[in-house]
Amino acid sequence: MRYVLRRTAHVLFLLIGVSILAFLFSTLAPGNYFDEMRLNPQIAPETVVALRSQYGLDRPLPWRYASWLNSVVRGQMGFSFAYNSAVAPLLLPRAGNTLLLTITATLLAWGIALPLGVCSAEQLGRVPDRLISWATAALLVIPDLALALGLLVLAVKTGWFPAGGLASVGFESLSLIHKIRDLALHMTLPVVALVLSVLPLLVRHVRAAVADVLDAPFILAARGHGIPRRTLLYRYALRAAANPLISLFGFSLGVLLSGSLLIEVVMSWPGLGPLLLEAILARDLYLVLGGVLLSGLFLAGGNFLADILLYWVDPRIRTEGHAQ
Amino acid sequence: MSGERTLAWWLVFLGMLHGTVVFAGFFAPYDPAEQDRQNPYAPPMRLHLVDTEGHLHMRPFVYALKLREGAFDQFEDDTAHAYPLSVFVRGSRYRLVGLLPSRLHLFGVEGTRFYVFGSDAYGRDQFSRLLFGGQVSLLAGLLGAGLSLLLGLGIGTLAGYYSGWKDEVLMRIAELFLALPWLYLLFGLRAFLPLAVSPLETFFLIIAIIGAVGWARPARLVRAIVLSAKERDFVRAARGFGASDLYLMRRHILPETKSVLLTQLAILVPQYVLAEMTLSFLGLGIPEPVPSWGNLLSNLQQYSVLVSYWWMYLPALAIVPFFLGYLGLASLLRERRDGCKIERAGQGSVT
Repeated sequence: MRYVLRRTAHVLFLLIGVSILAFLFSTLAPGNYFDEMRLNPQIAPETVVALRSQYGLDRPLPWRYASWLNSVVRGQMGFSFAYNSAVAPLLLPRAGNTLLLTITATLLAWGIALPLGVCSAEQLGRVPDRLISWATAALLVIPDLALALGLLVLAVKTGWFPAGGLASVGFESLSLIHKIRDLALHMTLPVVALVLSVLPLLVRHVRAAVADVLDAPFILAARGHGIPRRTLLYRYALRAAANPLISLFGFSLGVLLSGSLLIEVVMSWPGLGPLLLEAILARDLYLVLGGVLLSGLFLAGGNFLADILLYWVDPRIRTEGHAQ
Repeated sequence: MSGERTLAWWLVFLGMLHGTVVFAGFFAPYDPAEQDRQNPYAPPMRLHLVDTEGHLHMRPFVYALKLREGAFDQFEDDTAHAYPLSVFVRGSRYRLVGLLPSRLHLFGVEGTRFYVFGSDAYGRDQFSRLLFGGQVSLLAGLLGAGLSLLLGLGIGTLAGYYSGWKDEVLMRIAELFLALPWLYLLFGLRAFLPLAVSPLETFFLIIAIIGAVGWARPARLVRAIVLSAKERDFVRAARGFGASDLYLMRRHILPETKSVLLTQLAILVPQYVLAEMTLSFLGLGIPEPVPSWGNLLSNLQQYSVLVSYWWMYLPALAIVPFFLGYLGLASLLRERRDGCKIERAGQGSVT
């Protein structure tokens, strides 16, 4: 319990630190939304000044930070200049779509990487291991962007999958089963691109971690006891190898969140990616800030989950907690 | 040592790839900005040896393109006249490595334009743009990685050498930089910097951003090495003899970080090239008309281009060998450092 509290405090500290840094940086940087408005001859200079003071941009930095924190607490996360609305209602539906992609991709990628990596480690140096190593190396050298575009070209040429978006025209009128089918079809390409981009990294780590454990004496002892191969590999070896892999979980989530940002734009998936891109081009300060911090929250959430998992799996960490 | 030889082969491979990009002016048949409005979205041209009448030519030749009957963007070969391919031809002016003025090109065709990888919406030669774009993207990757490593080396050494509160503060800041997914961090930094500036300014801006994003990981690695290195007996002995901090760092501690830094360089360069590509692809990086690998691909964001002009995708395939070279080099360097048989792939990017 104390462990959980400590981790939560850590996450909060991190997010506050990031937001302070972001605020500092945003004042150092030249230009904001209203500078471009000032160039527009149809808008009177007085209007721009009035708008600036309305949004509090003429106040000192600590005041702005405090008022922004206040609006975060109230669940608004600041105000978007371009959309003339609070940031949270703009971000949250998009964030949901991003998470839908990222979580599906995370589960799938780990679901594929674990058996492949374990198989590779067990057959170390033999044909299956060689094949898997070659395949992961081939995937590794294709940049994400090329991979996503290639899948898109494929989709357009074959017509098997829709070339972007989240739902077909007339989605609302479909029955529930058709809705799920439609969503799955639309999700396939982005999820495949995400999974393929992170898979080589995961497979290689699983292979290395499990191969290390398989050398250990206790595995030999377990094999001597006649424990079946599958149980040995998945219950004993994988569990002993879990520690580095669980720390990799947070990292893989970060990679997937980043990858998702790009792939959403490429495949026009209505997630955070396209929204943030537009916000940057429009110099919509608080919207960008909200999106970036939200990603920090997701990553921290993932790491938090990994910590809890580690606590549950690894008895060494549990006893450490009791000792304190 | 076969390991040394493999390393040499990777280096030769990478050197050749980079050579074609560095001497892009010579290897590319055209100026990257030269337009040919008569031939927008021309498909890649094939080299022929046998003409339509069955005659064998000694020199490979190409056919000029002409619009297909009744189409406005479909080209076909104009078989009326064969244009032979020549080597070492005089063509558009360029400056070799930005210095030597020259007009010599490796290959070219007299009388018509020869599109190896097709042309884009303005009839600019995609192959030439690919080579010149590599100059921008690779240089951004290399300089960005260099900046990151320099920052990481400086901060990591400071933190590791002077442990205590300085270490604590620096490592907390590093943690802040690691708390965000890297592309979001890149976006966040980009968002607050000016958008519409000249290509050259943008180039340095991008390098600064990419370099600033990635210092935390190398800094942590360097710190760990410095922490262990400063407790070595010979370092203590040197300190006992009155060596100054600066001398100790320069003479005894920094050499220890060399192999890690080299490995990190091989890992970071492709990542940073990709970062530049991502930014330029999304329109946040190097602006037209300067080519970069990212904005070469950004045409594909238009659905019509994706459907009709598949060759616009060719640059994405052409850059794969560069990534192959760097990743091969990185894994080899890492293997040498670990000195163990099982390749601990990707370890450098996680720790």
